[in-house]
Amino acid sequence: MDKEKLNKIEKLINSELTSKILFSKIENNELIIETNSSDLVDVIQFLKLDNQCKFKQLIDIVGVDYPDKENRFQLVYLFLSHEKNLRIKLMVNFDIEKIIPSITKIFSSANWMEREVFDMYGIKFKNHPDLRRILTDYNFKGHPLRKDFPLTGFNEVRYSEKEKKVVYEPVKLEQDYRNFDFESPWEGTNYIKEIKKNSNNAKKN
Amino acid sequence: MPKKTKTMNLNFGPQHPAAHGVLRLILELDGEVVEKADPHIGLLHRGTEKLIEQKTYTQALPYFDRLDYVAPMNQEHAFALAQEKLLNVEVPIRAKYIRVIFCEIGRILSHILNVTTQALDVGALTPSLWGFEERETLMTFYERASGSRLHANYFRTGGVHQDIPLKLVDDIEKFCRSFPQIIDDLEGLLTDNRIFKQRNVDIGVVTKQEALDHSFSGVMLRGSGVPWDLRRSQPYEIYKDLDFKIPVGKNGDCYDRYLCRIEEMRESVKIILQCVEKLPKGPIKSVDGKISPPKRDEIKQSMEALIHHFKLFTEGFRVPKGDVYTAVEAPKGEFGVYLISDGTNKPYRCKIRAPGFSHLQAMDYLIRGHMLADVPAILGSLDIVFGEVDR
Repeated sequence: MDKEKLNKIEKLINSELTSKILFSKIENNELIIETNSSDLVDVIQFLKLDNQCKFKQLIDIVGVDYPDKENRFQLVYLFLSHEKNLRIKLMVNFDIEKIIPSITKIFSSANWMEREVFDMYGIKFKNHPDLRRILTDYNFKGHPLRKDFPLTGFNEVRYSEKEKKVVYEPVKLEQDYRNFDFESPWEGTNYIKEIKKNSNNAKKN
Repeated sequence: MPKKTKTMNLNFGPQHPAAHGVLRLILELDGEVVEKADPHIGLLHRGTEKLIEQKTYTQALPYFDRLDYVAPMNQEHAFALAQEKLLNVEVPIRAKYIRVIFCEIGRILSHILNVTTQALDVGALTPSLWGFEERETLMTFYERASGSRLHANYFRTGGVHQDIPLKLVDDIEKFCRSFPQIIDDLEGLLTDNRIFKQRNVDIGVVTKQEALDHSFSGVMLRGSGVPWDLRRSQPYEIYKDLDFKIPVGKNGDCYDRYLCRIEEMRESVKIILQCVEKLPKGPIKSVDGKISPPKRDEIKQSMEALIHHFKLFTEGFRVPKGDVYTAVEAPKGEFGVYLISDGTNKPYRCKIRAPGFSHLQAMDYLIRGHMLADVPAILGSLDIVFGEVDR
């Protein structure tokens, strides 16, 4: 995508929405902007309707979990403008109790995407018409993509010959799940690229 | 006296041959007319995104074959591109050509399956028998390049795993010369077929506006008359040097989408032929020893290469911090990967944007007011594969 076009649109968004945009940058040739959850709907409306933006397609809503941060969750909305041939990423950071306004009124395709985020992270959306789980099993408990959810889950399913039906049982592992830490105790690998980039920076140790 | 009407609920699937996998549709019927459809998905959910977070970048790649399993390499491509963007690696030109050849083979694989099974859903058996024979040939090409017919695991960060044998290039060319005749035969069976047209024309019509609003991409968007193809509008690899057309539909119904797919197969054949003709010589993966493993004979001779090999297959490589979104034009639409790296050897978050997810979401909107018998026709033209919808 065009660098110039991205720069122009970044300037435009910043000047039009001023205080609603907390932060914006162009990295890896992609434009990312950050906003507050309270301004989310306004910003998205602007992105969709403004004549120079025309981000008429919502590509996806991505949830991210940062358990160590104060604002634990992050939502990234990906938009595409066919007319301007541009993409934009809109980011919102918030803590666990926050309820995010739903954008199903603006983009009807947000319906399932928000359901997926709700299913995977337990993030709630205000005014969503049908906020049910979508990908996980009926009666599933927990939110699997949170970082504190174990990879193996809590329950396993099998067919019980005795009861002649499928039964749910707590997971029993013969061997604990092994996670290898490759962080070298001697030296953090400084890759050639990094060395090239900051040639005056000495090695880590 | 007002007539009392009662709607009936019908459970379609999850074990229905026309559901194209494990779709459970709860249909609300008024007589034979569908009033509401509520798709229940997730019966094939394997937690791909969670699993990828626990694997190194190299180990995560095979998961992408298992998403849309009728066109595996197209998915791998999106993931490889995402890593390359973060790592800023240059892909050698020969690798780019090989990638494009196999992506287009994937497109043909997927479209043959879709067109012929859609015909099967509306009552024509023969196309699928003819089509699957060609799929078999194409899958042997996959096998000869990667070692497996379906789950290829062939693309690597910075290139492809191995060079393709010389004979394979000739055979692919030979296939491309003979395949258009097969498309003609398929078209002879379907395009002007009265029954096929009765079941597809004016069924599941999507307007331009609705297609955009429902996040449609690929054929679903082009069938409604939006000339948009990522290979043309946001070209990756070598697509900008290739000469191909983008078929666009007019009416946005199931029949137009079928026609688009048929035309796309012809264009794919053209693309493959151009690539085969131009296929340059040279390395097939990045020469950066920190990313791509050394050759077998180097391992036997050089200590350095042995260390690289060991480090790459135990620890993997580290990807610089950052987040990227890369998308490719997969046969079903825009397949994207949103990758967040925290600078370690494993992805922090890898969101997979599957085109089928948004397409299936629109099922309720598409099916309302149609007859029950139109459900398989519409479902067929959506081109749903549950591997990617459920992830």
